[in-house]
Amino acid sequence: MTAKKIIEDCEDLYNDLDFTSVKTWKEKTGGKAIGYLPVYVPREIIHAAGMLPVGIMGGGPNLEIIKGDAYFQSYICHIPRSTIELGLLNKLDCMEGFLFPAICDVIRNLSGMWQILFPEKYVRYLDLPQNFDKEIGGEFYRHEMEQLLHDLEELSGNKVTPEKLNRSIGLYNKNRQVIDKLYAMRVAQPHLVLTSDLYLLLRAGNVMDVEDHTRLLEGYMAEVVKEDRKKFDNIRVIVSGAFCEQPPLALIKGLEASGCYIVEDDWVLGARFLQKDVPITADPLEALSDAYLNDSVSTSSKYEDEKEKGKYLVDQVKMLNAGGVIFCAPSFCDPALLERPMLTAALEREKIPHTSFKYAENTGQFSMFREQTGTFADSIKLWGEA
Amino acid sequence: MKKITPAPVAQKDIEKEESMILQKKMIGDHFKRLCTAKEAGKKVVYTFVPGNINELIWALDMLPVHPEINALQSAMRKKSGDYVMEAEKHGHSEDVCTYVKCDIGMLKKGNIGPTGEKLPEPDLLLLSYTGCFTFMKWFELLKQEYKCPVVMLQVPYQANGKIEPKMTDYVVRQLKEKVIPALEQVAGKKLDMNRLSALLESSARAEEDLVAVWDSAKNRPSPIDAYFGGVYYVGPIFSAFRGLPECEEYYKLLRAEVEYRVRHKLGPVTPEGVMKEEKYRIVVEGPPNWTSFREFWKMFYDEGAVVVGASYTKVGGYYDRGFRHDPEKPLESLANYCLGCYTNHNLSSRIDILEKHIKDYDADGFVINSIKSCNSFSAGQLMMMRELEERTGKPGGFIESDLVDPRYFSAANIKNRLESYFQMIEAKRQAAA
Repeated sequence: MTAKKIIEDCEDLYNDLDFTSVKTWKEKTGGKAIGYLPVYVPREIIHAAGMLPVGIMGGGPNLEIIKGDAYFQSYICHIPRSTIELGLLNKLDCMEGFLFPAICDVIRNLSGMWQILFPEKYVRYLDLPQNFDKEIGGEFYRHEMEQLLHDLEELSGNKVTPEKLNRSIGLYNKNRQVIDKLYAMRVAQPHLVLTSDLYLLLRAGNVMDVEDHTRLLEGYMAEVVKEDRKKFDNIRVIVSGAFCEQPPLALIKGLEASGCYIVEDDWVLGARFLQKDVPITADPLEALSDAYLNDSVSTSSKYEDEKEKGKYLVDQVKMLNAGGVIFCAPSFCDPALLERPMLTAALEREKIPHTSFKYAENTGQFSMFREQTGTFADSIKLWGEA
Repeated sequence: MKKITPAPVAQKDIEKEESMILQKKMIGDHFKRLCTAKEAGKKVVYTFVPGNINELIWALDMLPVHPEINALQSAMRKKSGDYVMEAEKHGHSEDVCTYVKCDIGMLKKGNIGPTGEKLPEPDLLLLSYTGCFTFMKWFELLKQEYKCPVVMLQVPYQANGKIEPKMTDYVVRQLKEKVIPALEQVAGKKLDMNRLSALLESSARAEEDLVAVWDSAKNRPSPIDAYFGGVYYVGPIFSAFRGLPECEEYYKLLRAEVEYRVRHKLGPVTPEGVMKEEKYRIVVEGPPNWTSFREFWKMFYDEGAVVVGASYTKVGGYYDRGFRHDPEKPLESLANYCLGCYTNHNLSSRIDILEKHIKDYDADGFVINSIKSCNSFSAGQLMMMRELEERTGKPGGFIESDLVDPRYFSAANIKNRLESYFQMIEAKRQAAA
């Protein structure tokens, strides 16, 4: 299959709000599916219970919101209203359970709404630790995961042994390794691995079995090198702030078309949340907990005590030879927007250019974004700073 | 403690109730202490209202500062608009919490507190992460400004509507291994557990009196307004004073005044005197608007509407179901206090609390004041309204404003909505009759 065809298939998955691939997987395996909201949940546990973890990232640009708007005021971000819309349209019926990780007050409260609106479903708010000591936050997180594991065993009827969990950990390690390779490939050849391709590949992982997804990524990487893609005089940029509600695909394409090669981003961040392999040990829950505490990404939904704020972003800019940073955050997103002044301060200390704008997942007008980022790219090209 | 005898309240001087005078003095004295803290060698701890652990701060002879209180005081003094815009000039989004922006703006403009004097810089930022994600970012932001240590106390969310032992254990462990050592280091002394217990014992007594004040709203007429008056009643216990003798004294006095009003069948005290006629009994969900607080309140009392129950006055401590700080189990009870604050309850529990208020206080309906920049409260309120209407059969009203950003208080819109809402209650009554 050509790279182009792979991406076309991924785009079909992206556009499929009926989650057909999830239904197909269920028919094929007889297993159950668990939906999860951004940013991160330990998918290994769901997988080890013989279930399919399904990343839910709202309704995107193609869903007309009718019922969802009646549940949220205009000043609340878009993802909860489109997620409610999907639920009320029975589009999420193929999932037996839902996980709401602790990332902000809106997703937290959405978990409570889900408990009330869909009482027949398994609903769990996954409280992630903000204390990163193994003996304190680690122990709390272990309790959370033990409860989740217990619940999923009951729901699936499958016992999760350490062996099964380790096998799942191994599969997700492999998946993350391949994603890392894909990202490295884009850093080296951003004209070849288009960000819109990469994005669709990651989104496909939300609704596929992990092994199939890994094969898909490997297939793309093997094929894309055969493509003859023109290299443009684009500026290398990092995009930050889009870790939960996702920008429309057309916006991502628009950023690239405006003269930017995106060499790092934080969308579909859950797929890359753990930055190292989770070790295979006799105590896999401990290994997952340690990985979260010690080896997870810096992002605004996590508390940072000792670390210097924004250092990771500055380091990324330097390491990836990026010309600047585009803060691209959803409107009314507390974590991203409260973080932004701290990140911009860190960039300014290093004289790194940046620009920012807000979007909603159903934003339909892109010309102003293209103009803004195009000007940003031009100014860096011309003067080396925005 | 001196014996308190409430003076009869005459119509003409009701604004000068003794408890109000006492509270004003307490606050004034506290700000004076803060302004001279550095000269007096006192350490200052900034912390938040929900999940505050004041007793620990006081037990180590340090002084607490609550940034939300500064923000709301700035709003009531009409200063918050400038502060919010100052923060926006420094790159803060128009979309986010205006308490944060008011605080940052105040800091950028010299950190002049509500009394007109400069507030001391913190020696420690005690981040009680209870029921509000924004708190975490807020102190990350302040850390950039002050370069002082931060200690985090994460309070797990009551996602299943109950406090589980592992939650209490997690908070206690953080208190023992993180928070108390950090406080001790800044204070330069070890924590005296006996002193802490004595403070908690005092807290429990004040809490008992506060609950009696809330209960008084079951009377007709209600002697209190549990929202507009209520935010004053929670002033001492939610802010710097819980655990101190003057806090106990305040609540004894307040309770006595309220009991006096019950005996004399007097309504609540409003800025324009004792409310004469109680036409509507309302429960309110959500924080008030602070920039036009008096105007907002007037929209209620002009219509004869008294608020008999409110969720906002449970945000810094929820005592109605019997929780009291326990000197015998100091750290566990501090943990359970934090876990029990209103916005740390899941949506079902919040609906339960409001439903109980509506029933217990025999309310005619409820109003949700949805705050633009407070997702912790606001996300889900439209569904809460539907659920409450279904469960209670009482009409719900929905209005929108903001905490401390005057740009988001549209008086005419809110007044129109409230008037229509009260007319709807009236129409329902007439239909039922």
